[in-house]
Amino acid sequence: MVKKSVERIYLSIIFLFLYLPIVVLIVLSFNNSKSKVQWGGFTFNWYIKLFSSKSIMEAFGTTIFISLASALIATLLGTLAALGIDAMKKRNQTIMIGATNIPLLNADIVTGISMMLLFVRFTRLGLSTVLIAHITFNIPYVILNVLPKLKQSSRTTYEAALDLGATPFYAFFKIIWPQIRPGVFSGFLMAMTMSLDDFSVTYFTKGAGIHTLSTMIYTEMRKGIRPEMYALSTILFLIALLLLLFMNFRPSVHKEKGDAL
Amino acid sequence: MKKIKWLQKEFILYSSKIFTFLLIGISISCCLAGCGSKDSENTLIVLNYGKYLEPEVLEKFEEETGIKIEYEEYVTPENMYTKYRAGAIDYDLICTSDYMVEKLIQEGQVLEIDFNNIPLSQNLDQTYFEFSKSFDPENKYAIPYFFGTVGILYNKELVDESKVNSWKILWDKDYSGQIIMADSVRDSFMVALKILGYSLNTTDETELKEAQDLLIQQKPLVYSYLVDEAQDEMIAENAAMAVVYSGEAGYALEFNDKLAFSVPKEGSNMWIDSWFIPKSAKHKEHAEKFLNFLCREDISMMNFDYVYYATPNSKTKESLEQELQENTTIFPPKSILDNCEVLKSLDDASTTKQNILWKEVKAADY
Repeated sequence: MVKKSVERIYLSIIFLFLYLPIVVLIVLSFNNSKSKVQWGGFTFNWYIKLFSSKSIMEAFGTTIFISLASALIATLLGTLAALGIDAMKKRNQTIMIGATNIPLLNADIVTGISMMLLFVRFTRLGLSTVLIAHITFNIPYVILNVLPKLKQSSRTTYEAALDLGATPFYAFFKIIWPQIRPGVFSGFLMAMTMSLDDFSVTYFTKGAGIHTLSTMIYTEMRKGIRPEMYALSTILFLIALLLLLFMNFRPSVHKEKGDAL
Repeated sequence: MKKIKWLQKEFILYSSKIFTFLLIGISISCCLAGCGSKDSENTLIVLNYGKYLEPEVLEKFEEETGIKIEYEEYVTPENMYTKYRAGAIDYDLICTSDYMVEKLIQEGQVLEIDFNNIPLSQNLDQTYFEFSKSFDPENKYAIPYFFGTVGILYNKELVDESKVNSWKILWDKDYSGQIIMADSVRDSFMVALKILGYSLNTTDETELKEAQDLLIQQKPLVYSYLVDEAQDEMIAENAAMAVVYSGEAGYALEFNDKLAFSVPKEGSNMWIDSWFIPKSAKHKEHAEKFLNFLCREDISMMNFDYVYYATPNSKTKESLEQELQENTTIFPPKSILDNCEVLKSLDDASTTKQNILWKEVKAADY
């Protein structure tokens, strides 16, 4: 009994710490006052202003484009890289994993500045440089997610398929792909969140006139963040929540079907 | 069965082809995006603090002149310095704080402004050009944009108003645990140096040491060291007084009637954010056109409404309501300004020294 209640209290405290800040944010998005500490009544005003603000919507569009595109390309490259690494000898594997992990371990700001210095040599900073930078720091996350799945998968089945006359492509999509798919998806999602979150790298590699949500919010810090941002964050949180619920309920449906068959 | 297999094979073949095309397409579009910005003749690249210009002003300028503005924002002057010095983007016009302008002038990074192209600069009060001389001695490089002071934001119900005219109140034991100090080297040392009667730009070691001792003494009384959050703490009435910039004080006053602002008699820091044209500028005429535009009465008014800091534009100020003009929090009167000093850029050795002293204050036990 005592154990159970202690467990419950512990859990609720953890949840409180996790979700209280978000609750505050959601409450503030309905606050009819620009102040962060004063309640000025309930309003939908910030939501209306949010959708009519050109700059925020533009930044939002850029953010979504960069995170989707970079995650997609990074997933493709990262999965190919993981396949390659998996086929290597042990020693080369360690070296390659170490090398691909460098952008992961490096402080964001170091990655950002060094990329900027590199880009400046060859091209003008613009949207493409941000995209390249994001792909670069996303790839290790994909590799890290795909590689363990590859290790779990059996190579012999793949070889057997080849022996029985399957082309490598066919054998890959029939044997390897189903086994690594969850890893590829989680790698994609992780890459996307990393890219959504990132400030430092984006800040240093973006060209003039390009804004993402993170750089926009950050530059507003000195003079107080626009309440429209709270509204946007609330919407983003709800979307993330819905996606999460969807992802968590879908596989169970799948499984039941599989069992029935 | 066989047919299905054949279909799958075909599918895989196609999908791999599609993948390759996609890759090629993406790389080409990246290249195009990278190199394709050749129509940069008619643009103007502006770098400014975050939320420091009414967005509509940009649209209006683009409409009136046909020049496209690429607008970029930053957080701290140091941040801006890194990005500018990397030479990543050829900025045409930058707005930043006094000491950073001075640093860049000293480094030969600033172009002279041709004031003949900016006839409307007459709208600006000459007084502020005088103040600008402390970092731009001949008024050749910078045009003031907004200015203000540093002072004490206090809660009238908690603080004895007869005492807030001196920085010494921040050392008063009666307010132990209710004082918010500035969490920035120069601002904190400014307060201590002013009490001692020294210049806030001093590099004298004994003077700085004295100031440090004073700051360590104050530590037990301090509720928190804050920068931007100070105003919200004061609105929420979590503290009795705070060292803040006048602009932030003006903002806080809007939310809580119990608050008031005072610039102590010992003197304070006057800050001026100014525009300058950096050496990287590729469109100097456009930059000057934009500067002229910013000085125009209606535009300056739009920016004032948005930023709500003191504007050096006397035309704009005159057209404000009398009450607002006389608001000493937003518009510090000349008598206060004469007692203030503008921050000067210190040499590297002095900056390091002061930073170490400040770290010792923050780390000190009490």
